[in-house]
Amino acid sequence: MTRKILSALFVGFCALSVLIALVPLAFVLFFVISQGIGAINLDFFTHRPVPVGEAGGGMANAIVGTLIITGLGSLLAIPVGIMSGVYMSEYAGSRLAGGVRFAADTLNGVPSIVIGVFAYGVAVLPFRQFSALAGGLALGIMMIPIIARTTEELLLLVPQTMREGALALGATRARAVFTVVVPAALPGIITGIVLALARIAGETAPLLFTSFNNPFFTTDLTQPIASLTVQIWAYAISPYEDWHRQAWAGALVLVMIVLVCSLLARFATRRLEQLSS
Amino acid sequence: MGGKARTGDLGFRLGTGVFALALVLLVVAIGYELTRQSMLSIEKFGWNFWRTTTWDPVTGDFGALPFLWGTLYSSFLALVLSTPVALGIAVFISELAPGRLRQPLVFLTELLAAIPSIVYGLWGIFVLVPVVRAMETAAPDWLRQIPLFSGPPLGVGMLAAGVILAIMIVPFTASVAREVLKSVPIAQREGAYALGATRFEAIRAALYYARTGIIGAVMLGFGRALGETMAVTMVIGNTPRISASLFAPQYTMAAVLANEFTEADTDLYLNALIEIGLVLFIITLFINGLSRLLIWSMARPAKALGVASTVPAEESAA
Repeated sequence: MTRKILSALFVGFCALSVLIALVPLAFVLFFVISQGIGAINLDFFTHRPVPVGEAGGGMANAIVGTLIITGLGSLLAIPVGIMSGVYMSEYAGSRLAGGVRFAADTLNGVPSIVIGVFAYGVAVLPFRQFSALAGGLALGIMMIPIIARTTEELLLLVPQTMREGALALGATRARAVFTVVVPAALPGIITGIVLALARIAGETAPLLFTSFNNPFFTTDLTQPIASLTVQIWAYAISPYEDWHRQAWAGALVLVMIVLVCSLLARFATRRLEQLSS
Repeated sequence: MGGKARTGDLGFRLGTGVFALALVLLVVAIGYELTRQSMLSIEKFGWNFWRTTTWDPVTGDFGALPFLWGTLYSSFLALVLSTPVALGIAVFISELAPGRLRQPLVFLTELLAAIPSIVYGLWGIFVLVPVVRAMETAAPDWLRQIPLFSGPPLGVGMLAAGVILAIMIVPFTASVAREVLKSVPIAQREGAYALGATRFEAIRAALYYARTGIIGAVMLGFGRALGETMAVTMVIGNTPRISASLFAPQYTMAAVLANEFTEADTDLYLNALIEIGLVLFIITLFINGLSRLLIWSMARPAKALGVASTVPAEESAA
């Protein structure tokens, strides 16, 4: 009897754990949405920041900046990530593949602020200049392991018979991989990239001393550039009520980006699962 | 096989291999660069850097012990708070929840991981910290006599940092633990049930079977907490001191980097900060490497052989 009670208590505890984790999620989403909705307006998307006390103002330059920096990051991370993913899946048993897998997982666990310090050392310090490029480098480094591991996992799911079919028709390994295997896994890989982008667009720490911040519009990649996250940080720690409202509006935009990307990815993976089964 | 095809294959291997090698070299380069850039501080202070507590940029006297303490304390606190909940979630989703509920629950816990750190921080400043302050103010006097709860009720401090870190690492630990539990053969549970075990006893046996991977999952969460920056910086109070009190404002390694890096006006100051980054890198490298080894020793056989093959996984695990 005591064993049964103990068992029931355990099951109850597990169910309770789920609730305990979902409460903060609900609270965070509730506050971001309720505070953000009140603060967000068209100006937020079309204007740049104004000095404290002045009405209006927005984060248009920061939104553009985030797009530019994440774009730069993708330019670096997508080729490196996909190619190393291909290597890991094609030469799965080799010593280098094992090393790359370990390196990717290690890199994934390196704190984002440390990546920022590294990017500062190689891309800011030598030029004595914060820049969008340095920020892009930092974000790119963070995206590489995510894309590499996703690519590897998805390529391994492609049926071996497809590759064998291509090889039997006389294709070289490169041809078999790039015209048959990779295209078969492409929807999944793109999903992985979208998820990586969503995660990386929300990063603040690696940008603090690489792309820094900039109150003006700029598309010059060698200049400091604003980003949504760094702008939210600057506003959040300021003492002004107006700026706090702007910070909540920025947080709402960020969370919406993450939500939409996650839902899209979930929908896409579902479709993939249905197709493959 | 023709000569041309072989050359093509070699070219393919080299072409993709270069990128793969670049990934490995990147990790090495990070370590090298951080070491190179912190040489001034390493040479001047040696081990004393990690044994002393003065942090004075004006006189150029740097001791980083309070930051190390704050990082370890806050992460450990997060570990204690999050582990039972994370394991509960993992067990609930993988063993107890009806199939229909499983996917939505996975999605929701992953959402918890997807919310950016800065958003947690914003929420921390304006929602969590006032709540913590109210709780601290309400704490009875006899409780405040205990060193763990001493000090004025500020709201910002170790407790707020630990709570927000715990919320943030729960999904990581939970998802890895779930993955590890999946690799426990079904026969293991069936055997337990056949012997008349209750649900708790069967799951306890599965958890015991998966213990290596579970420890890995918990360590992985710990590694995440060590390097978490924005949210912690916004709620911990940013005061370099060593205190056992949960109520006391303190500082972490990641937070001091976030706050002071752009203010470093001398080379020595900058080098001291980069040395903190270097040690943070080494600690997380060690923790993550160890946890990956533990997790891989459990879950890799199943994964490497593809999703459909639970039977070979069982054989290799046995």
